Amino acid sequence: MTEARLFALQRITAMVLAPMVLIHLAVIVYAVRGGLTAEEILARTGTSALWPLFYLLFVAAAAIHAPIGLRNILREWTGLPPRLVDGLCLVFGLALAGLGIRAVIAISGWTA
Amino acid sequence: MDDTPRDMAPEADPRTETPHDEATIRARVWRGDRRGRFVTYEVPHRENQTVLDVVSEIQRYHEPALAYRFACRVGVCGSCAMTVNGRPRWTCRTHVKRVVENGEITIEPLRNMPPIKDLACDMSGFFDKWHRAGGRFEGTATRHDPPIPVDPASRKRKLADAGIECINCGVCYAACDVVSWTDDYVGPAALNRAWTLVNDERHADRRGTLDKATAQGGCSSCHAQGNCTTHCPIGISPTRSIAGLKRMSLLDLLNRRAP
Repeated sequence: MTEARLFALQRITAMVLAPMVLIHLAVIVYAVRGGLTAEEILARTGTSALWPLFYLLFVAAAAIHAPIGLRNILREWTGLPPRLVDGLCLVFGLALAGLGIRAVIAISGWTA
Repeated sequence: MDDTPRDMAPEADPRTETPHDEATIRARVWRGDRRGRFVTYEVPHRENQTVLDVVSEIQRYHEPALAYRFACRVGVCGSCAMTVNGRPRWTCRTHVKRVVENGEITIEPLRNMPPIKDLACDMSGFFDKWHRAGGRFEGTATRHDPPIPVDPASRKRKLADAGIECINCGVCYAACDVVSWTDDYVGPAALNRAWTLVNDERHADRRGTLDKATAQGGCSSCHAQGNCTTHCPIGISPTRSIAGLKRMSLLDLLNRRAP
């Protein structure tokens, strides 16, 4: 993948992430009634298919955005070989996606 | 024939001329290559004295072996840039009275380029990066063809004009922190040049220039810190040019993917 493509992907995912982070935070502040408990959160997220879809998109954007940024930092600040940095960041991105999807499944109630 | 050069004749001898405030300046000048040291010279403080005047005075009357670069002395050629009191500047247009601190100025070679000797540094890497960023103009016409009409009021020409007056002094390159920690980064001057070319309708290889300027070590490495723009002696904003390249690169990818 070319440098220009990675740059574009990072910027586009940032544009997706910015409003989603705001929505995420705003809903926490707005929806919390009886304290920030796991039961309350799971009760809310499990009631609508929109929340899992929202967080699935969130996870996808974060799993693309973060490794590209980490790659830039590692390239600038460490003397690691570029191929190794690419490999590490790919693994990091896959790990983020895997953990994120697992969390989305957990809050969706799809397994229940 | 008199040994004195003709253009020197009307000047008074600097050693006997009375400085306007009877004061002298202590100029701490870097001597040697990377492993050098500072040597302090006392020179008279004169009216309308530039930092280049100070360096020239030291070279003529104190240290004939002092190495430094200059040519036009009027801010056109871009040869005389040095680090003055920690900041990169064009020395021929920098008045001593604006930079002197407690009667002292410190003069070093430009940062981010290998020093050769004293105040002269090796600029070949700086110019090589120009080419890496696609800075070579490719014409579409020969000298036998009529000139291509260029509308000076067109949007693209205005964008190119905003960066076209670069004198390649290397001040922005020396000011850039990203260059200092990433050898791979082509730097603000090269990218500013690329930006003027991708907006130049006479340039035959705009696609090639954009591809090179957006490759590894190109515009996406810029952190938009703006040191280049702060220090550019001409008042160009390489930061804006690089932002233009980033924008163009994004739009180009979206357009290329469209059917």
